[in-house]
Amino acid sequence: MIPELGHFALIIAFAVAIVQSIVPIIGAARNQAALVSLARPAALTQLLFVGLSYAALTHAFIVHDFSVLYVSQHSNLVQPLMYRISGVWGSHEGSLLLWSLILSLWTVAVAVYSRNLPEILMARVLAVMGMISTGFIAFMLFTSNPFERIFPVPLDGTELNPLLQDPGLAIHPPMLYMGYVGFSVAFAFAVAALLGGKLDATWARWSRPWTTIAWSFLTIGIALGSWWAYNELGWGGWWFWDPVENASFMPWLVGTALIHSLASTEKRGVFKSWTVLLAILAFSLSLLGTFIVRSGVLVSVHAFATDPARGVFILAFLVVVVGGSLALYAWRSATVVSYGRFQWFSRETALLLNNIIFLTAATAVLVGTMYPLVVDAFGVGKISVGRPYFDTMFALVAIPLLLLLGFGPAVRWKGDSWQRIAKMTSIFFVVSLVAGLLIPFLVEEKLNLSTGLGLAGALWVALTTLKDLLSRLTHSLKLPLSYMGMIMAHFGVAVFVAGVTVTMTYSEEKDLRMEPGSSYNISGYEFRFQGTRKVQGPNYIADEGVIEIWSDGEKSGELLPQKRTYSGKSNPMTDASIDKTFTRDLYAALGEELESGAWSMRVYYKPLIRWIWLGCILMTVGGVLAVSDRRYRQSVKQTSAKKVPVTAGV
Amino acid sequence: MNRRSRRKVLIFAIVFGVAVATVLGLTAFEENLLYFYSPTQVKAGEAPATHSFRVGGLVVDGSVKRAPDSLKIQFDVTDNAESMTIEYTGILPDLFREGQGIVAMGSLQADGKFVAQEVLAKHDENYMPPEVAAALEASGKSVKGATEHKPQGAAY
Repeated sequence: MIPELGHFALIIAFAVAIVQSIVPIIGAARNQAALVSLARPAALTQLLFVGLSYAALTHAFIVHDFSVLYVSQHSNLVQPLMYRISGVWGSHEGSLLLWSLILSLWTVAVAVYSRNLPEILMARVLAVMGMISTGFIAFMLFTSNPFERIFPVPLDGTELNPLLQDPGLAIHPPMLYMGYVGFSVAFAFAVAALLGGKLDATWARWSRPWTTIAWSFLTIGIALGSWWAYNELGWGGWWFWDPVENASFMPWLVGTALIHSLASTEKRGVFKSWTVLLAILAFSLSLLGTFIVRSGVLVSVHAFATDPARGVFILAFLVVVVGGSLALYAWRSATVVSYGRFQWFSRETALLLNNIIFLTAATAVLVGTMYPLVVDAFGVGKISVGRPYFDTMFALVAIPLLLLLGFGPAVRWKGDSWQRIAKMTSIFFVVSLVAGLLIPFLVEEKLNLSTGLGLAGALWVALTTLKDLLSRLTHSLKLPLSYMGMIMAHFGVAVFVAGVTVTMTYSEEKDLRMEPGSSYNISGYEFRFQGTRKVQGPNYIADEGVIEIWSDGEKSGELLPQKRTYSGKSNPMTDASIDKTFTRDLYAALGEELESGAWSMRVYYKPLIRWIWLGCILMTVGGVLAVSDRRYRQSVKQTSAKKVPVTAGV
Repeated sequence: MNRRSRRKVLIFAIVFGVAVATVLGLTAFEENLLYFYSPTQVKAGEAPATHSFRVGGLVVDGSVKRAPDSLKIQFDVTDNAESMTIEYTGILPDLFREGQGIVAMGSLQADGKFVAQEVLAKHDENYMPPEVAAALEASGKSVKGATEHKPQGAAY
């Protein structure tokens, strides 16, 4: 009964979404206040019904209602409660429902927190978000209904893929979706502004905090995914250039360009139509990412052929959203005039270069991800793009980006003298270059250019960022939060780059055959294999290896990697064990039992790998700080009346 | 330089930078394209002799042989028409087993042996690598239902 109620709630939400997407637009066009004012209550009602529907599916998971096909496919009786709740978004149908729920939440957040937005603009924004919602709910109702029943009812379900039973992964999709869907707010603002034909700097001011917070969610979401892959997959890597990862990375790259471009548009009124285009692109890539991951197209483009309804719907939806908004853009953007003027050496130019670099990176990822799919779709052959391609591209992109990041934030708006900047930063440039090249030389006793440049880049960004902070502090101890956010995020980039460089160069990894009592030395740590024992988990049994870590003649730790067999699954699962410290990780994963207690196993030494995620956390916190700035909470009347000083940070 | 010519220099620099990135990118792209071949195609000599490529198929029952004192392992894969031998040193993925569809990345040696640097079997035990499914289909000996199967929850 409750699943039917959930289904019914979804149908009502669908009807409400249609009303929300049409009526306020008509009202805005005809200037009818009654129709315009319908937007807010419609958004709230929609949230209510999508929420009910979501609660119904969660309830079905919690009470083991295996008569619901989706529940029976993704949970079983022994699955812990936490993973029954997260099982809701474990696959296609449920993750779409989560997507819709998050979209409704963002819509209501806009309705609540942007009270001082002009009514007409607000109506248009909510209507655009209603249109997206209509598309998603329709997709569920017509092709991917999570409430579909199954008869006869199975006694037990199929367990959720054990790989997905990890706290990091359980919260990874919601975070990622908060980011993806959050870009719909920037998109809706852009489309609403195009519809209204009024693209001024206040438009950028309104969409900026929303975009930044969505970007923060996306950043932490991607970092969590990487963290999960490192902990769970047993390969010891943190990024694989897998199409699924790329799908979330593309909107991040364009989103990063967008938050920087919005800064120019808000502060100086420049690059307006470019910013609008980026907002459209960021959300389009979010949609593309959702569908790439969820439609099965990665498994085979022919999945489209076996289930044409889904494929055709997805393509049609993408065409309508992307094509429609681009057409609107082409039609309206010609009327947008950017009034700001700036010289060639200015903050505006620096931010423009930032945008070009990020878009180049996004294009590189897009080509590497989509090309194999296109080739396959045309039946020309089966290919894949190797990791070195992506690594090369990002090394290429990183050099100008880090160089720019070192001095860009210090350059003044409108125009600056390059001599002033050169005088200010040249010392840091020399210091970081020398130190960066020297460190690998001291470690390896030979020149290592790529590692040296990576470290130099990290140092350069860290030093110049700190210098900028210090020189600001000498003027005033009260710095705006938005500025502190920028400093934090940029410092995070330095930490991230240092972590990536050191991990990539100095990691040591070894596949070994170990007998109980044998040991192996890696980077000054001795791994002593003591043997294995049987361990019983809540829904699995495991062989647990005991590996003592010895350094300098003392036992400094113990690794307990497991090989688990989950009930109902025939294949074992590797659960790596990691000894974590700030400066290095020691990692062990069991391979398989060979004979007489000997095991194949994989051991790693990973220096500074924690810095990779620490960098991402700093970037995320930076985003959150920037959004907390009080100028975003001042009423529009106040802020538009008084001119914001140009020096108030990005 | 006046403002106009400075702007020209800036635009030129940007175009030049993007052009360089494109050329380098396309070169890297070309070099790292990995083509997939089925055992039948490899037997027919269609696979490159020097360049890395991917090969896939079902692991032949009873073909997995281990070296007694190292992690070297040897097994056959088949598309049910032809089979070929793959050699690999290291730890195999959890989902590797006889009868399972796998994809290996590596290159052919002078003696005709395929040495893999990487062996992939996907997250889900019911999952069939699409290339393998297609290769089985091409050889006319597809396992029924293999291509229609949707992976469950392994999409992250």
